[in-house]
Amino acid sequence: MAQSVSEMIREKRKSSKRQKLEKLVPGLLFAAASVSVLTTVGILLTLVVETFMFFTEVPFSQFFFSTEMQPLNRSEPTFSILPLLSATLLSTVIAMLVAIPIGLTTAVYLSEYATDRARRVLKPIVEVLAGIPTIVYGFFAFTFVTPVLQNIIPILDRTNILSPGIVMGIMIIPMVASLSEDALSSVPLSMREGAMAFGATKFETTVRVVIPAAISGIIASFVLGISRAIGETMIVTIASGSNKNLTFDITQSMQTMTAYIVEVTSGDAGAGTTAYYSLYAVAITLFVFTLAMNMLAKYISKRYREEY
Amino acid sequence: MSINSLQERPSREEATVTQEEAREAVFRTEGLNLWYGNTQALHNIELDQRANEVTAIIGPSGCGKSTYIKTLNRMVQMNPIVKVTGKVYYRDQNIFDRKFPVEELRTRVGMVFQKPNPFPKTIFENVAYGPKIHGIRNKKLLAEIVEESLKGAAIWEEVKDRLQENAFGLSGGQQQRLCIARCLAIEPDVILMDEPTSALDPKSTLKVEELVQQLKSKYSIMIVTHNMQQAARISDRTAFFLNGEVIEFDETDKIFSNPSDKRTEDYITGRFG
Repeated sequence: MAQSVSEMIREKRKSSKRQKLEKLVPGLLFAAASVSVLTTVGILLTLVVETFMFFTEVPFSQFFFSTEMQPLNRSEPTFSILPLLSATLLSTVIAMLVAIPIGLTTAVYLSEYATDRARRVLKPIVEVLAGIPTIVYGFFAFTFVTPVLQNIIPILDRTNILSPGIVMGIMIIPMVASLSEDALSSVPLSMREGAMAFGATKFETTVRVVIPAAISGIIASFVLGISRAIGETMIVTIASGSNKNLTFDITQSMQTMTAYIVEVTSGDAGAGTTAYYSLYAVAITLFVFTLAMNMLAKYISKRYREEY
Repeated sequence: MSINSLQERPSREEATVTQEEAREAVFRTEGLNLWYGNTQALHNIELDQRANEVTAIIGPSGCGKSTYIKTLNRMVQMNPIVKVTGKVYYRDQNIFDRKFPVEELRTRVGMVFQKPNPFPKTIFENVAYGPKIHGIRNKKLLAEIVEESLKGAAIWEEVKDRLQENAFGLSGGQQQRLCIARCLAIEPDVILMDEPTSALDPKSTLKVEELVQQLKSKYSIMIVTHNMQQAARISDRTAFFLNGEVIEFDETDKIFSNPSDKRTEDYITGRFG
């Protein structure tokens, strides 16, 4: 060998190309990271500016405290978030009533009871649910679930908030199941052994030891599910109609915040009109809700994390 | 806490056990074979655990000593590939008998693990957990049980002012004694210890060893250990395991002073293992 290895290494170290690349890398990485940060900032700015425009035309009190929402009324349009808010909250509650029990039960089954073989088959199937496009779920709610429910509840409207709420819940099950299952599986085996060694049955061990130990991850999965339900658009647009109805009657047609945005953007509200600006006011309300939920999920998983 | 105060704990009456009782076998193992899948881990084990005695199980890594002790409370069968033949009698009941619920066995036979495994709960809750699961709700009674158990595990003085703190704040040695207290809380008959001091420093090890000495007045104890000095110090009888077989099982003094099998002698003199 003409050169010793250490000489070769030293030569390589000196090469300027390598040095330049080394200096370039942090910049490239930073640029990539900035894309999403800048987008967020941009969106937020637009939202805030346009919302400000909206409130120059519509009083704050009308938007948050009145009950009439008639954006396209030519003579006297009124804007109120409450009907949209009630629809969003109702559909979310219905969705979580479906997603939390079924999702958590699925997670407990997969992590504590299923044999390795059953888990290998079942987990991918559950996760396929998460891959179905939401438009398919919306279609399913409108053409299948609603007619079935109408057989049971005759007063159910053709479009209503119950059916999309249930279907949204089904859509969220895999999310709750998968995240909760991760939380349950990460509870160390030694903890289960500790409980079983003093005669706890499998179910007692699961309920009294494993679930409490994984509670932060489980609650975080619920909150993320709620956030998903609040932001869900397609299912409610298709299956819950467009009545801007302030009610808590789940058999009636209602319009969620997201569905309102769809209606107005695809409808005839021209740029610069109050109806157009109202989009931004609704959007920022929606954003505040989902942001709060995501932050709550983060806080919970940090605050209640069990150290083991 | 000083070592002296630890040694005062067992009362004289309890410590004195009549010869008759001492001979009674709590666990009788007859022709036990165990397989992990197709690999046989235990071969024809014959072993007795006598009441109010400490039995030590020694042997090199992988000799089946942990597997054996976990068979006695059937924890080993949590692994679905495990197959067992032979008989293990706990006070004349075959533990593999379908009519003998495994939960009942485990309330009579407590276990302390190699690595301390307290629950992510308060110190109080850790000890109260077992009694609570078995239906004891009375707060006053629970508090008594917790105090008694912590005293029994010689850790009461150290934790009595911090019962509501998380158990993870304790040192490793304290956690292990807490786990022993948790085990005592359901008043078992036998305590199985699977290398309870292997994760502890020498001082904590000493405390656990002294505790074992005290506990045998009330309980029968089987302890797996890597540490031959420990076996010699604390046990009445010692079993030497090798490749899944019991090579020799006799009084501890005899095993360590005058073993009858050459392999036992080689092991305890450090020639292999």
